Amino acid sequence: MDFLSTLQIAMRALLRNKTRSILTMLGIIIGVGAVIAMIGIGQGADQTVQKQIATLGSNMLFISSGSGNSGGLRVGNGSTKTLLEPDVAAIARECPAVVAVAPGTQTSAQLVYEGDNWGTRVVGTTPEYFDIRTWPFQSGTSFTRDDVTNAANVAVIGETVRKNLFASTEAVGKKIRIGNLPFLVVGVLVAKGQSAALSEDQDDTIIAPLTTVQKKMTGQPWLRFAMASARSRSSSYAAQQQIQALLRDRHRIRPGQTDDFTVRNLADIADVASEASKVMTVLLGSIGGVSLFVGGLGIMNIMLVSVTERTREIGIRIAIGATEGDVQRQFLIEAIAISLLGGVIGILTGVGASFIISSTAGWPVAVSTTAILIAALVSIAIGVFFGFYPAQKAARLDPIEALRYE
Amino acid sequence: MAPSESPLTGPDQGENVLHVEELHKYYQMGENKVHALRGVNLEIKRGEFVAIMGASGSGKSTFMNILGCLDKPSSGRYLLEGTDVAKLDKIQLAGIRNRKIGFVFQGFNLLSRTTALENTELPTLYARIAKEERRERALESLRLVGLAERTDHFPSQLSGGQQQRVAIARALVNRPSILLADEPTGNLDSHTSVEVMEIFQTLNDKGLTIILVTHEADIARFARRSIVFRDGTIRRDEIISNRAVAAEMIKTMPALED
Ligand SMILES: Nc1ncnc2c1ncn2[C@@H]1O[C@H](COP(=O)(O)OP(=O)(O)O)[C@@H](O)[C@H]1O
Ligand SMILES: [Mg+2]
Repeated sequence: MDFLSTLQIAMRALLRNKTRSILTMLGIIIGVGAVIAMIGIGQGADQTVQKQIATLGSNMLFISSGSGNSGGLRVGNGSTKTLLEPDVAAIARECPAVVAVAPGTQTSAQLVYEGDNWGTRVVGTTPEYFDIRTWPFQSGTSFTRDDVTNAANVAVIGETVRKNLFASTEAVGKKIRIGNLPFLVVGVLVAKGQSAALSEDQDDTIIAPLTTVQKKMTGQPWLRFAMASARSRSSSYAAQQQIQALLRDRHRIRPGQTDDFTVRNLADIADVASEASKVMTVLLGSIGGVSLFVGGLGIMNIMLVSVTERTREIGIRIAIGATEGDVQRQFLIEAIAISLLGGVIGILTGVGASFIISSTAGWPVAVSTTAILIAALVSIAIGVFFGFYPAQKAARLDPIEALRYE
Repeated sequence: MAPSESPLTGPDQGENVLHVEELHKYYQMGENKVHALRGVNLEIKRGEFVAIMGASGSGKSTFMNILGCLDKPSSGRYLLEGTDVAKLDKIQLAGIRNRKIGFVFQGFNLLSRTTALENTELPTLYARIAKEERRERALESLRLVGLAERTDHFPSQLSGGQQQRVAIARALVNRPSILLADEPTGNLDSHTSVEVMEIFQTLNDKGLTIILVTHEADIARFARRSIVFRDGTIRRDEIISNRAVAAEMIKTMPALED
């Protein structure tokens, strides 16, 4: 019998028992739907985390003074006075995996422009900072190395500061005050958005030369932090090791003693995040897998019932010339039709669910065509696998007994 | 070829549609062995109309199932149009059931929720015939049994006689060499039975070989030759001298509402 006629017979048999067919499909629908939704949501969440981490800077390493953990007591980073500019110079000189490094200090201050006030974070650093953080300018430029040498009163502002002080007017070239000091705005940074890793508004900042902030504002000659950029993502672990070894040596920390600084590796953070979402995907994928298996058993069960119910029909078909292959194909196609139809409904349900959940959680939807394709193939495979035994049972029926079956 | 087969390729053997030799059939029922056929020998030529009679349990259905290639003999030979059926594989046997043999059962055995036309068409699906021709043949077959106006009816919407006529149309659709009918009138009233016999006689007059099992002597009278089974063997085999003509009998019968 040709494929089209076989398919027609199968579809008719399924439509004859609509409720039963749909109930049978339910396992596959849930299984496929769960897998598709989980993959979609997992990938969406993963992409979000990765993107947020990427906004912090490419292959960035964050060195802060003070230990993350000291003698059982949590000590805030930036609490010691041992991280100094020569350390930064040494990192630039002696760590081969590091391509750029910028020193940094930080304070907070009130900004004033024509009667508008805005309290924000003031960062003192060098021009390398913008490269390390891969932070472009929407207008103007960075301050220069000379500005750092001369402790010039120039500053670069973030988008949030610009919005609050300047609204729609041009900021570059304007004079503002930080506390009592007059500053010239030389550049405005592109908006970076909220950082998940730092849980702060990265654009709510003003950045000035390190020397200016140290000498005229904080009066502290030591650094709060430094930022470094590794040669590549794969070398960021090596860079971290090199910086750690160098600083331990320079700070004369003996083996066994805790560091007076912390080096954090953004690649690590990113990997941990994607590892977590991978574990999640595997876990939820297994749940979907179990549903699919149970769904497959449901199909097998209903196909066996169907073979029994249609024993006489099978007898008739064999008597008028159907081969074992014809009968087997008929029931196999029926099983595949159920599971593929269930798979398609499951895919639609899963895609819909990912859209709903993603939009509630504010993630981008990542509907993977590969996942959809695999889901469809898996559905077919389930139909073949679980339909095989009932189909074979049908094909091997003795026609004389089958014709006598009531 | 084996010497035992050579006589069958001779010229006057070509007339033989069926050739059965020392056919035995045993059924194993637990510890008991039922000997359903005990050495049946028979030759049926093209164009014959044979009625097989006999008491219940005498082996008629067993014999028909073997002739119809639904079952295999325990021993003995069965040649269908010169071909030794024992030498055929399952797919070839399915082909024979599909194209060489038309089977009509006592219980009609139509697919429910399937129209008369689709039921009739069914064997053509397994014969891999083109779609248009399938439809055409099925319509022609239904016309032959006088059901051209009932093509879209489901079996449940047809009388017993009409259902059996659909079954006959289905048996004819692939233009078989032999029509096997196992008590086709067993579920029908006498008037309808004669109508079915009229169809059989018409088909036989056109050259179709028919083997009909019945336990009613009235029905057997429409055939040309009668064979009586008893305890798994043929007890009598004779030509029916003054056979009844169904078409004439219907005229004398009181008309029934259909
Ligand atoms: N499948 C079977 N298993 C066991 N015995 C069977 C089977 N089919 C038929 N028989 C036995 O074989 C004998 C012949 O049966 P059957 O050919 O149906 O007779 P008939 O059609 O003439 O009434 C009977 O005794 C019957 O009980
Ligand atoms: Mg019988």
